[in-house]
Amino acid sequence: MKIPLIYNLRSVRQRPVSTALTALGIGLVVAVFVAMLALANGFVAALVQTGSSDNVLLLRRGADSEMSSGIPREAVSIISASPHIAVGADGKPMISPETYIVINLQRPGGDVYSVANVVARGVSERAFDVRRNIKVIEGRRFASGQSEICVGSKLSGRFANVEVGNVLRFANRDWNVVCRFTANGSSFESEIWGENEQFQNVFRGQGFQDVAFRLKDPASFDEVKRTFLADQRIQVDAHRESEFYASQSELLGNILRVLAIMITSIMAVGAVFGAVNTMYAAVSSRTPEIAVLLTLGFHPRSVLASFLAESAVIAFIGGLIGCLLALPINGVVTSTTNWASFSEIAFAFRVTPTLLLSGIVFAVVMGVVGGFFPARRASKLPVIQALR
Amino acid sequence: MKFLPLVIANLMRHKLRTILTICSVALALFLFASLRTVTTTLASGSEVSSAQRVIVQNSTAFVIPLPMSYANRLSSVPHVQSVTWANWFGGKYGDGKKFFAQFAVDPKTYLGMYPEYSIPEDQKQAFFKERSSAIVGEGLVRAFGWKVGDNVTIQGTIFPGDWTFTIRGIYHPAMKEYGDDAFMFHYDYLYEKYPDRVTPGWYILKIDDPAAAPVVMKTIDDQFRNSNAPTKTGTEKAFAAGFASMWGNVKLLMSTIGMAVVFAILLVTANAMMMNQRERTSEVAVMKTVGFSDRRVFGLIIIEAAVISLTGAFLGLGAATLLPIVTGFGEGGFLPGFHVTGGTLAVGATVALLLTVASGIFPAWQAAKLPVVQALRRVE
Amino acid sequence: MALVEIRDVYKSFKREAQTVDVYAGLTIDFEEGSYTALMGPSGSGKSTLLNLVAGLDKPTSGSVRVAGAEVSKMTASQLADWRSRTIGFVFQSYNLLPVLTAQQNVELPLLLTNLNKRDRIERTAIALGVVGLADRVDHYPRQLSGGQEQRVAIARAIVADPTLILLDEPTGQLDAKSSEEVLELLRRLNEEFHKTIMIVTHDAKAAEHAKTVLHLEKGVLLEREGVKAGNGIGASGGVGATR
Repeated sequence: MKIPLIYNLRSVRQRPVSTALTALGIGLVVAVFVAMLALANGFVAALVQTGSSDNVLLLRRGADSEMSSGIPREAVSIISASPHIAVGADGKPMISPETYIVINLQRPGGDVYSVANVVARGVSERAFDVRRNIKVIEGRRFASGQSEICVGSKLSGRFANVEVGNVLRFANRDWNVVCRFTANGSSFESEIWGENEQFQNVFRGQGFQDVAFRLKDPASFDEVKRTFLADQRIQVDAHRESEFYASQSELLGNILRVLAIMITSIMAVGAVFGAVNTMYAAVSSRTPEIAVLLTLGFHPRSVLASFLAESAVIAFIGGLIGCLLALPINGVVTSTTNWASFSEIAFAFRVTPTLLLSGIVFAVVMGVVGGFFPARRASKLPVIQALR
Repeated sequence: MKFLPLVIANLMRHKLRTILTICSVALALFLFASLRTVTTTLASGSEVSSAQRVIVQNSTAFVIPLPMSYANRLSSVPHVQSVTWANWFGGKYGDGKKFFAQFAVDPKTYLGMYPEYSIPEDQKQAFFKERSSAIVGEGLVRAFGWKVGDNVTIQGTIFPGDWTFTIRGIYHPAMKEYGDDAFMFHYDYLYEKYPDRVTPGWYILKIDDPAAAPVVMKTIDDQFRNSNAPTKTGTEKAFAAGFASMWGNVKLLMSTIGMAVVFAILLVTANAMMMNQRERTSEVAVMKTVGFSDRRVFGLIIIEAAVISLTGAFLGLGAATLLPIVTGFGEGGFLPGFHVTGGTLAVGATVALLLTVASGIFPAWQAAKLPVVQALRRVE
Repeated sequence: MALVEIRDVYKSFKREAQTVDVYAGLTIDFEEGSYTALMGPSGSGKSTLLNLVAGLDKPTSGSVRVAGAEVSKMTASQLADWRSRTIGFVFQSYNLLPVLTAQQNVELPLLLTNLNKRDRIERTAIALGVVGLADRVDHYPRQLSGGQEQRVAIARAIVADPTLILLDEPTGQLDAKSSEEVLELLRRLNEEFHKTIMIVTHDAKAAEHAKTVLHLEKGVLLEREGVKAGNGIGASGGVGATR
């Protein structure tokens, strides 16, 4: 015979404050859990989003980031001749040689030394097509031969002089901001784009840092990789664009995830202790009723299940509260330096339905763990003693 | 005080409840202290900086190097006593899982600039003599088991190729915050392989008077402002702080989580205190009859909350302080010198006091207000 | 001057939207050294009288003086202090703090004094000796019989050497033997130690041990002379009756 849930509901209402405090405690743990994993997810997502699986990114052999790479002009000509490169609607190969530099932009409100490393990417017209999801949302693309730049949408509001129409000064030159672009939330949105020739003049001499191109046949990546490895004329490594950027997120992404789990685990232990206290008190204050139930013929297992269910429901409600508390953080933009690329990346907290679900499951687990021993005590109540 | 046995006896009535609550407080304060320590450690880098050293970097970006010709020009700037330079190598050792900083330096002047790195004299001399040698921090010795005389091969990422060095010295940092896992080798070793690409990444200058720093900084930056490699000069302290700021809003993140943690535990503690009081109304009535005043009853319950909070705080803050020492966490890596400061302990103690008041005040007030006659009538 | 002087006391309660008049113009004295039993059906206001004397409750009007002090005019903290020195109270049940040993329970009132630890222990030992439980000092209440618990409660009631001992149904939950133990102890406290005792009880046997028995019925005070006559009680008053 199962003990009707209404019994639990009525009993819970008799001690509303205790129940509320316990639920709220569990809720806070869930909120921190969801928020921190949303931070980690947001960071990783921004980077994963940056690459697509049908693009190839070529870097100098041995380089582990775009910044430490260098590809001479001659190599680019050789690469452009490859039959593996897709051809665009206009008949030209979909290949984008790029310059990559990290500049220091001062953070508004900070002192002269409070700077961020912002990626400045020299590109050709092709880049807007080869690199996926680039969409100019304001203004027009920079014109050739001009001191003009396009700015990723996430730089808005975080630095001075980055709006369309402003003049941004770096590398001893004034640059007109002529457009703003989005890139589906990827790390490109934290970058400044300008013409290759302009950036090369100012920064790095005549070579490029990386070459990106669209695969004619996405399945041919392994062959492409081998071809470039074997080619003695150029010293490059081919990376699948999506894998490369994903690997750039590994270090920090893992740190953030581990931190999230460590912190919430410790908090969870505290919350579970709170649940244990509450449930033991509930059991002892309801001892006479439990005795009556047992006398009436309810099985001890039903009593156990009943209290476990009560604990789980309280925790479930706590989990819902926690998810509601954490939800507003979705989409909030924050930034950090990705040490793998030594550049600052802005990204949005990312709360997914899966994450919310895990939060609720986490809450229920806390409730069940906390309620187990008290529930067991209730089911093992020596009836005669309890009735006295 | 003489009422303590009474308070403790009351707490021992439900031993498990008291222990669990104390443990919750301990966990929360452990977490709180550790989070705060991340913030203090990041800030400590700039605090241990020398006031007599000044860093000159390329103002366009830190990653863009400066010409070698600047070395002479910088040493003739008034107040500058000595000049050295370094270059970031950024190579990969083994599977690359353990990251550590590698610098190409001008041996004599660099080690002279940083007396904080203490190295036995004979090792220093051996390092100076051999172009392909390296000095490593004792943290790297711990991590990889290297010994003086070992050959170590590092894969270059910025400067391609396999680079082999012979370890000729091990340094010990004067303070943990300096980090003990740096790898230093000869600048010339790098230069001879890539003469077209290698120039100093940044310069470090020693000035004779810290008060002269602003003047020195301005002189240098004005001098190079319109050249191909304009400079940004700053104190070492500012430089370190700038690096720390790259973590983003860590401070905000840590303190927000810290608050959430403390609040969650407040709920647990308040709940326990309220449960205690609910079960004791008749006893409070009896005590008032015996002559305990409302105020005294109030005080006893606050003391009860204090015992829980302060015991938990002691355990939690103690663990946070001891753990880095015992595990050796914070010797090098991203958070060198990780240790719980006096400030953090003070804040932790304050948190414990707030916890006491917040968790105890409502039950204490209820008990103080308890009308004896009604409570007794209920009882009998 | 009598030890306890109650003058023209009115007391009414609000119980579930009804006003109940317990006393209307009650006037009664209790002399020092007296041993009075208050009997009557429940709701007749016996416990209320004890509460008024102990300062746990205030009369609606009138005066309650104990040892010359006007109890009804004291502030709460004054009362607490005064109570710890002047009154010893024993209840029917829930007297002792279950988390404390017998010794610690008896020591409780002394924590409110300035005595040092050694003196406190000495006094509690004496008190427990008087009630015949010197060998049970370290027992917890759950390890004592009902009668023993009450005797510990009485020890606590006398440890601070109070002027007045008030007991509310002390034998209500005890068996015959334990009741007898407790009542014998009270007799000794009154005759050997000259303690003034007021005891509220249902139990006729308990009343017999007292020197004077007062009956309360609907707030009316009736008197019955005890075995030892003339113990100095002058009583008058009651609801709607004046003598």
